[in-house]
This record gives sequence, C-alpha cells and structure tokens, in this order.
Amino acid sequence: MINDSNDNRRFIISLIMVAVCLIYIIRLFSIQIVDKSYLEQSQNNAYLRKVIYPSRGLLTDRNGKLIVFNKPAFDIMIVPREARGMDTLAFARMLGITKDDFDKRMGIIRRKSGYSPYVPQLFMSQLSAEEYGPISEKLFKFNGVYVQKRTLRDYNYHNAALALGSIGEVSKKQIEADDFYSQGDYAGQNGIELTYEKVLRGEKGEEILLRDSRGRVKGKYEDGKYDKLPVPGKDIELSLDIELQKYGEELMHGKIGSIAAIEPSTGEILALVSSPTYDPSMLVGRKRSANFAALSKDPLKPLFDRPMMAQYPPGSTFKTAQALVLQQEGIITPNTAYGCQHGFHAGALTVGCHGHESPLNLMHSIQHSCNAYYCCGFRALIDHKKYKTVSEAIDVWKNHIVSLGFGYRLGADVPNEKRGYIPNSGVYNKVYGENRWKGLTIISLSIGQGEVLATPLQIANLGATIANRGYYYTPHLVKNIQGGEIDSSFIECHHSTIDPKYYNVVVDGMELVMISGTGYYSRIDSIAVCGKTGTAENPHGKDHSIFMAFAPKDDPKIAISVVVENSGFGATWAAPIATLMIEKYLKGEIPKRRKPIEQRLLDANLIKE
Amino acid sequence: MDRRNENILINIDMWTIGLYIALVIFGWISIYGASYNFDDSNFWDFSQRFGKQLVWIGCSVAIAAVLLMLDTKIYTTLAYFIYAFFIILLIVTLLVAPDTRGSHSWLVLGPVSLQPAEFAKTATCLCLAKFMSSYGFSMKNVRDTIIMYLIIFVPMLIIIAQNETGSALAYFALFLVLYRQGMTGIILLLGVCAAVFFVVAIRFGATPIVDAVPDENLGMFAIMIMATIIALSMVYFYYRDNTLVKTISIMGVSMFLIGIFVYNYLDVKIKFSYLAYIVVGALIVYLLVMALRQRKIGYFLISLFVAGSIGFGQMSDYAFNKILQPHQQVRIKVTLGMENDLKKSGYNVNQSMIAIGSGRLTGKGFLQGTQTKLKYVPEQDTDFIFCTVGEEHGFIGTTAVVIGFLTLMLRLIALAERQRSLFSKIYGYCVASIIFFHVAINVGMVIGLTPVIGIPLPFFSYGGSSLWSFTILLFIFLRLDASRKEVYD
Repeated sequence: MINDSNDNRRFIISLIMVAVCLIYIIRLFSIQIVDKSYLEQSQNNAYLRKVIYPSRGLLTDRNGKLIVFNKPAFDIMIVPREARGMDTLAFARMLGITKDDFDKRMGIIRRKSGYSPYVPQLFMSQLSAEEYGPISEKLFKFNGVYVQKRTLRDYNYHNAALALGSIGEVSKKQIEADDFYSQGDYAGQNGIELTYEKVLRGEKGEEILLRDSRGRVKGKYEDGKYDKLPVPGKDIELSLDIELQKYGEELMHGKIGSIAAIEPSTGEILALVSSPTYDPSMLVGRKRSANFAALSKDPLKPLFDRPMMAQYPPGSTFKTAQALVLQQEGIITPNTAYGCQHGFHAGALTVGCHGHESPLNLMHSIQHSCNAYYCCGFRALIDHKKYKTVSEAIDVWKNHIVSLGFGYRLGADVPNEKRGYIPNSGVYNKVYGENRWKGLTIISLSIGQGEVLATPLQIANLGATIANRGYYYTPHLVKNIQGGEIDSSFIECHHSTIDPKYYNVVVDGMELVMISGTGYYSRIDSIAVCGKTGTAENPHGKDHSIFMAFAPKDDPKIAISVVVENSGFGATWAAPIATLMIEKYLKGEIPKRRKPIEQRLLDANLIKE
Repeated sequence: MDRRNENILINIDMWTIGLYIALVIFGWISIYGASYNFDDSNFWDFSQRFGKQLVWIGCSVAIAAVLLMLDTKIYTTLAYFIYAFFIILLIVTLLVAPDTRGSHSWLVLGPVSLQPAEFAKTATCLCLAKFMSSYGFSMKNVRDTIIMYLIIFVPMLIIIAQNETGSALAYFALFLVLYRQGMTGIILLLGVCAAVFFVVAIRFGATPIVDAVPDENLGMFAIMIMATIIALSMVYFYYRDNTLVKTISIMGVSMFLIGIFVYNYLDVKIKFSYLAYIVVGALIVYLLVMALRQRKIGYFLISLFVAGSIGFGQMSDYAFNKILQPHQQVRIKVTLGMENDLKKSGYNVNQSMIAIGSGRLTGKGFLQGTQTKLKYVPEQDTDFIFCTVGEEHGFIGTTAVVIGFLTLMLRLIALAERQRSLFSKIYGYCVASIIFFHVAINVGMVIGLTPVIGIPLPFFSYGGSSLWSFTILLFIFLRLDASRKEVYD
C-alpha cells in the first residue's frame, strides 16, 4: 500500500457521491411517487384534440343581397403510416410540387412535437375547389391521403373590399391576446371581418380522442362527454346598398378619393367607396400573401381606407357649420349681410372670392359660397366682447363644431377611423402666446382651411346632421345581426349644441346651391337636393374637389360626401358624382338628360400615369 | 504468454464487469424504447438507432477484449504521446469540423462521425496519472502544480472553443482526483462556495429579508451568514481559537436577537443587513488583529475569504445580468425555479419531468411511454435517455439506475485504493470522477436540479463516441487493476 496522509479523503469523496445520489433518489421519489400531477399532464399530452371548424357568418346588404359567403377549401392530410410505399413522385406531380418539396414538407412534419405517423398530418393547406377538382379524381390511388374541409370567403360582388375586410391567418399577437385562436386559424384582419370577428367566427367544436403510446387513436375520451359541436357564426345584414356601392366605385374609377353615403335618420352607411380599390377575392386563399404584398407596394395606396382615414381641410363645405355656430352664438341672424369686394380685405390680408352680387345675406352667402361673409362673421365671433378672451371664444366655437361630429372619432364600426382635427385655444396660445392673437390671425378657419381637418365620413355626417336639422346617429355599417343586437352606441341620438331653428336657413341656402348656385350643373330635376361645394387646398398639388349633399330636402333619405383628389374646384367632379349617387339611390336609374354627364364621369381618368 | 492471459482473466474485477454489462443492456433497452418505431419493428434493423447502438455495443465488446489483451506497460509508456496526439486531434477537429448545431466537435470520416472530445478525456486521465505518479512529483512544487493544471485546462479550453461546453465542464471532475492526491481541500471548498454563493446571489438577489423593508437583499444576507459560519469553522479547525469563535458567535446571535426584539416589539424598521455587515466587519477586524499579533498568515487568508465572499456575491448579480447572454440567463433562472418559461427553455425540462413523473412507481411498461413515443421529450435517446427509464420503468427503474451507477463509482474507488501502482490508483480515481460528473449533471438535468448542459449519460446515451470512450476509459482501468500484483513499486 502507498503511504498516504490523505487516506481519509477516499471517504470524503465517496460521501460526496453517496450524498448526490441520495439527493437524486429523494428528488425522484418526490416527482414520481409524491407528486401525482405529472401523470395527468402526460395524459393531457397524449390527448388528440380534433377541432371542428364552424362556418363563418354570411354578409348581406340592406336589401338582402348576399355579398360574402363561404366556399369550401381543402387541406390535404397525410397519415404517414398508411402512406408508406406511396408513389411520392406521382403524388408530388399531381399537387404541382417537386419531389424535393415533398421530402422537405414531410421532414418538417416529422419533427413536430406530438407527431405520430398514425395521425393525419397537414400536408398542404387551402386548395380551392378548382385546384381540388382534378386532384380528387386521382386521390384514391394514394393510400393514407385524406382531405379536410375548411371554408374560405367568396364574394358575389367584387366591391367594398376595404369596408368588408378580409380574413387571414392569425398572427402571434392575436393568438396571445385571445385563447380562441391557435396557430393556423383564420380571423378577420380588417374591415367588418375584424370589427365583428367575434360575431362572425362562431364557436369551434372539439372532439377529444385518446392516443396510446403508438399515437393510435384509442377512441373518444370519456365517451365524448367533453366533445363540443361547433356553433356557426352569426350572419350580418350590412347597411350597405351593394348596388349603390358598386355604382360609386364605377364612378370613382380612374380617380383618387372617396364617397361616404349615410342614411340620416339612422346613421346607416349606404356606401363607403375608397378609390382606387381592388377586388376583395384577391385576398383569399393561398394567393393572399402575394396579392397583399403587391397591393401594399402600389403607389396609389389601394389599401388606404380613404373615407375613414384620409383627412382633408373640409373647405367651403365647412361654411354650413360656421353658419350654424355664428347664429347660435348670436353673431349673425339670417338677415345679417356682409359686403364682398371680390374677397375679404383687412390691411395686407386678402381672402379672395369669386364674382357675385354684394352684399349677401346668410342664405345667399351659402348659395354663392362667399368667403368674405364667413371671414367677417368668424372674425366678429372670435373678437366679440361677450367673451373674456379670444381663447374663450375659440373654445366655445370648438365645442359647437365638435358637437357636429368633428375633431374626434365618430365611432363607426370600421377599424382605423381617423379623428380629423379641430384646433382649440391651447394650440394658438402655444404658437402666438397667451391670447396674443385675434380673429384675423386664424381667419382661414372660417372657410374650412388652415388647421382644420376632417375625414370624408365626418363631412357626410355633417350633411346628415343638417338633413336632420340638429342631430345625428353614429355612422355604422351593420344593420342587423342574426340573433343579436347592434351596438347600443349606434341607436343613441347625438344632438348638436345648435338650436334646430338655425338649420332651416342653411338648408334653404344649400337648396339654392343646386338651383342657381355653384352646384347648378349637377342639379336633379325631380329631386330637391341640398348641396355644398368645397375645395380643399392641397399644398402638394392640385386642390381636392369636395361636395357634401343630402336629399330630398324634406324627409331626407341620403346624405353624402364626395372627395376627388387633385381635381380642382368642387363643382366639376365631386358634385356630379354625388348627385348621380343620390339619383341612383332614390330613383334607381339615371334619366336621359344626365346620361352624358354620367358617361363623362365614368370615362374620366384623372390619375396621372 | 498463456499463463499470463489466464492470470488476467482470473484477476479481472467481475463486479465491475457485471455492472458494466448491466448498465449497457439497460441502456440499450432504453434506447430501443426511446427510438422504437412501430412501423419498423425489425429487431436487427441497423438503420434504426437501436440497431446502430447494437453495432456500437458489439464494437465496444471487441474494444474491451482488445484492451484486456494489451500489456499495461503501453499506457505508462505512451501516456504523453497519446495526450499529445489528442491535443493535436482536438485542434485539427476545431479547424476542419463542419458546423453541427453550432458545435465544431465532430470529425466526419465517411459514414462514421466521431467526437474526439469524448476520447480526449481518457488521454487526459492517462497523462494526468502518469505525470502525478512520476518520480519526484509534488504538489508543493510550483512548476509541477502548474503543469498538472495545464494538463487539465488545455484540452478543456480547446473543447470550449469547439462549442461543446458540456464536455469541457466534465474536466472539472478531475479536481476530485487532485483533492484525493493532496490538493488542499480549500480549493474544492472555494469552488463549492463559489457555485453556492452564485446561485444564492441570483436566486434571492431580489428577495427582501422582511417584507416591510423591501430594498434589502436576502441573497447577500444569506451569503454573509454562510461566509461567517465557514470562516469560524476554519478558525476552529486550523487554530482551535475558541475565544474568537465564541466572541463572534455570541456577538452575532445576540445582535440578531436584539434586532428581532427591536423590530417586533419596538416596531422600528431596522435593516437586518446592516447588523450582518457589523458582525462581518467585526469578524474581519478581529481576524486581521489576530494575524498581526500572532504572525499567522492563515488568519489573514480567512479574513480575505470573508471579504472575498461578499465581493463575489455582489459581483455575481452584476455578472449575471451584464455578462451572461439572455438565453443563458433564462436557462439558469428556469433551473433555479425563478421563471416558469414552459414554451421556450423550460419546455424540455418540463416535458422530461412530466415523462419521469408520470412513470410513478412501476412505470407505464416497456414501449408504453406516451411522452417519449409521441416525441414530447427532446433528444430522448441521447441526453434525455433517463426520461425513458423514468416513464417506462418508474421509480424502481430510475432508482436501480442511480444505485447501479453509485455502486460502480464506489467499486471503482475501492479498486483504485487497492492499487500498488500510484499511476493505476490516480487513473482509477479519474475514471470514477468522470463517470460521477456525467451522472450527476445528466440525471440532475432531466429531473430539473442542474442546468441543461448537454452531456451524455455513460453507457446509456445513444452514440458510438460516447459508449466507446467510456468503455475505453473503464477497461484500461480494469486491465491495470487485473495486473495490479505485477507491480511492486
């Protein structure tokens, strides 16, 4: 034996080994014998939860015309165990892929956790009926290949793409936010499909099967006690008039801009045109991602929902709102007249106006869209002595304007609505100093230019408010939900802070616009239309043409706003489009006299190549 | 010649052979269970993992037989050459090996892939044994000590460069051998302290001592108490200085009793960590005074240990958050139970614990394990092979394996101790230590006690490199042991 002073260390080392093994045995005892939860967890892993997908709710228009429905799609499933010895080359050729693709896909499938060669594995998803048709005849040749039916969206009308929205595979974020989804599910990604996702999607069914260690299904778990049948999604009746929508898109073809049409008595949106647009069926199925990429790269931004998201200075259409506020605040009466010498002049400042007789009273100031009238009136309001400061004056003004639906989101059921912009005293105090400004400083607000911004939907909503003589309902796209109720915010009446009696003179003025004013060219013989032209100044190019209208004058059925970008004066393009829409909606057809106008609009292409 | 071979066969330790065969067979059964494919149930299918493992086992038997035939002198004679050869091979591997999941440790020779790092362990053990048993070697000699550490650290660093951290860490097991041969236990103690303090600093770094005073740090508090107790124990063992031990103990205990009294009955929110700092400060001052008065460097070193422990604790927190990469942080946190990240890093450990835990007492039965068959457990025939044992054979199976390994290790120590040759004894300890390290880390990992470090379970995990290298490691020692009586030095 070796002489060794460290002899006792053999015991210390042995002790360390014994101690570690003892700790491990205690730990094993605790997880294998004491803790019973692991067995349950392993059983949970061994379940096979088979999802049964519900069919998604259908979308119809206000006249019951079916717009969006479901079409079958086919997922190709493979049970690897049964597919052994399959002629993979022929199979790949049938599906239009290479043998390498086939091997790659199978490789990915095999590496998934929970993989079992006895259970159907998703091999290829979302084949359309057309793609599936020719395959279905050959499928019998391949053992172990099955088809799972799913549903995709299909469209009877190829319109209203942005309002309807589309469905796509759920993102990671959506999966985390909502337990309902798991990877590979589909959900509304924008438009109505997104807003009413929870209504439309229904409830998934589930079948719980037990697997043994070979992955073979051993039958239903607890005799199907916990299985669930799917609940189909609810159908939705939209307030859209799909024929009107289609007509609007045709009129807007070749132009950039938007149309928003509302039923004043309910706030229901009749048409919501964003131009240029695209065919909603482009974003369905396996070609979705390629088409989506192409659309998002398009410089004309077809994915930008202009009626909801574009924000313009409302221009002269805003004068109607000014007329209401000035009356309410007692600055003017219908008889107040201001002179106009080809515009408004104050020192070096001039706001030009076109030739018309002078002076004008309130009603005729709307008819002729007199800039000087509103400059004078607005200046009188802001600088009025009854307000302690200009700040108080502008905030009073702002509250009135906001009560007419401007400056904040209206709360429509289309995602991504923008709020527009109405400045308050803070904004000007910050720029010019505390009350160190006056009416003249911010005079461009009077004619709807300068800082003020509004969405086309807000402008249409102003039309609806005037049509109703003092109130509006939040514009919305949904008329009815099958077996459900629409959101209570849509049946709540919003009264403006303007007394209804002040509306009549504005309505009369708007009628004169069509009879002998700026909208004369676009008049409709048989319908009393009230309208107001506008031009939104555009620092980047030619001005935007705007028109706001409602009809008929008494018992209005439709209020509308039309914006045609870079097309100049409102009367030229926006007004005829608006009145054609009104005529189409109220009469169903365009009379002979107006056919040339219609043809001119349908043919016009204002988009520079 | 005949007589000699006969002699060897008689002298071979049948206990170890028996344990080796039992573990390899149980290992193969587990691999069969883990990689069994119900589609191809052909027992002899060599395209399957269990089939290939059978080939590796066959080769191992041949290797073992050859090793038993060889003369023991070649190991002592060639130890340095073998070591040098493997160092060069490791470097070559690092340079030419293809990227296998981030690691550059596999040499591909046609159809066979080998991992030189596995075999380099045997070479290192031989070299270390040869050097430490050489004439005149002494750990008191600085040059000898440096060379001794270099023998261990050079292959380790190359293997780390190959990105096989797990394999490299196994070299730390050799410190047990150094300890046995006279390396001061303090290094071992410091190593264990460093590991424990690090874990405590991370685990309790953000925990308050008492809930009412949230900005205190239970981790540091615990480290200070542990460091004080260890320092006092050292003072007692080395100097039998009862006065110091008593003074500091009484001071510490009474201060905390007063502290608890003040806190509970006078309702003053005192900071307990300040009390600990006072006690530790007093201890350090006392130790320094003793060092000066008695001219004993030991007192100074003990005070250095106390101060160093506190500094180390403070730095661990910082190092953990600033130096370690996020995925490493998460792994450690998951291991320490600070994070329940079941989707990512925690997934593997959680699934392996489900597999083992669901086995209960007797297991689900051979080939009946759903966790492993449905592939919820990753790497289930290599690093996580122990899961299959746990799931299909239950607590009985896992305990049998752990006790089997323990018996083997203890047997190897007993064999090592009966060697007449120092070379054989040191080599024997190397074998026991390396097997111990692999078992401790691998089993600890799958039952959630140690971090997830990818090293195989000896004789169990699938793979030729692993099985062959452990076979070679073990059978060289068995051959040395068989001819232990031929050596008279």
